[in-house]
Amino acid sequence: MSFISSLEKSLATSKFTITGELTPPKSASIEDVLDGAKLIKDDVVATNVTDNPTSRVVMSTLATCHLIEKQTGLETIYQITCRDRNRLALQSDILAANALGIKNILVLTGDYITMGDHPEAKPVFDLDSVQLLWSIKRMQEESVDLAGKKLKTPPKLFVGAAVNPGLDPIEPEIIRLEKKVDMGVKFAQSQCLYDPSVLEKFMGQISHLDVKILVGITPLLSAGMAKWMVKNCPGVIIPDEMIKRLKEAEDKVKEGIEMMVEVVSKIAPMKVAGIHVMVPERADLVAQTVKAIKASGAV
Amino acid sequence: MIITEKKPIDDIKASLNESKKIFILGCGTCATLNQTGGEEQVKEMTKLLSEKDIVGTVVPETPCDKRVLKRDLRPVAASLNAADAILVLSCGVGVQTVAELTGKIALPGLNTRFIGMVERIGEFYQRCLACSDCILDETGGICPITRCPKGLLNGPCAGHMDGKCEVNREKDCAWVLIYKRMKDIGQLDKFKAFRKPRNYQISTSPQQIVWK
Repeated sequence: MSFISSLEKSLATSKFTITGELTPPKSASIEDVLDGAKLIKDDVVATNVTDNPTSRVVMSTLATCHLIEKQTGLETIYQITCRDRNRLALQSDILAANALGIKNILVLTGDYITMGDHPEAKPVFDLDSVQLLWSIKRMQEESVDLAGKKLKTPPKLFVGAAVNPGLDPIEPEIIRLEKKVDMGVKFAQSQCLYDPSVLEKFMGQISHLDVKILVGITPLLSAGMAKWMVKNCPGVIIPDEMIKRLKEAEDKVKEGIEMMVEVVSKIAPMKVAGIHVMVPERADLVAQTVKAIKASGAV
Repeated sequence: MIITEKKPIDDIKASLNESKKIFILGCGTCATLNQTGGEEQVKEMTKLLSEKDIVGTVVPETPCDKRVLKRDLRPVAASLNAADAILVLSCGVGVQTVAELTGKIALPGLNTRFIGMVERIGEFYQRCLACSDCILDETGGICPITRCPKGLLNGPCAGHMDGKCEVNREKDCAWVLIYKRMKDIGQLDKFKAFRKPRNYQISTSPQQIVWK
């Protein structure tokens, strides 16, 4: 059987898949992010490359993905959001991604524009993430664009989406995931997870769906960060015990990573495909977390 | 209803600039109900512009309707003609109708905010973007194009928290409202339907309707 990407192959053949995440630089030079890619290269199957994350301007995702792959050999997952481009721009970028040798794409709606560093800009949202997935499906399966015009060569990308198991109410999120799977999504990466019981319940609710779940793992680096996330990040539920442990710990980073090792050992038996490790701007901590998880024998 | 808000008086004075003889024109419909352009607000504006020569005032029934405006301006034609500029306390449609009909300098005294529902005076909520293609039958009578900042058509993004929107935690997530409403009225099947991208061609501005 042939696979589009190493990520697809790993999800089909490995017991546990680990992906990482890198942010393109706020810079005209690629060097900083290449250092990060080199740091995590041996620890993950592929890395997400974010798309103007939290609505801040950084280098184009497409160019960053291409340069990471070309210069470090690390496979990328091209994140694409609906916030900054209309349907013409999105489709032309998808064609370009394929031509540049990018193999994986993760489709997101995108944070709203006022959350970032250009709050006065005009938000686009011509398509939503489900509609963008539909357009990718049509490009790949029917070799046509959204207008129904023929593509000489269709793209061939392994398609993913995001999911948030901690939302309340959860039913609209499950319905949305059903729509995404209908539109060709093969894997979904989740919001950061700290409470394994939240995931256990969610996995039961989506057992009818043929989709590989990569659980979001972000080590907590301080009690303050944990409290901030509970207050500001939708669907993030952090047990009080974790916050207490962080308060008492002398080496908070070590404790934060240790707690993630424990979470992973609990979720590994839950029919999840693996984990997606993200630490904004800290590739070194992504590497450190993955190494600790692997060393523990949890996966 | 077209919801309007008073412009800061300093901005109005700056726009009136060199004009000495000012005619103040209100709106007898939306802006009267909004308390932004009724008889009282026209009187108030006369006082605020005491350094100017206010040559006349009128509150037409509907300044956005050229026929009604023409009728209601007839009795004040002389003072209107003497004015250097007309300050219009109505929505942007009223300002432009006055300019088009009189050929004079017409300046906005209000900012036009949105098409909204009146909860009570002083409490207005946007409910329609006039998108030209109503889908309220598909969304439990709640408009996601207006009430979701991203205008999503296939359910909520993952940014809602306690039923509130990621963009403003004081506002309801439109899609959580739609989900709850459609569940209540037994329309979850409809909620689950895939909605295709919108056709923006039909709402390209300027819109016009001319009966043939």
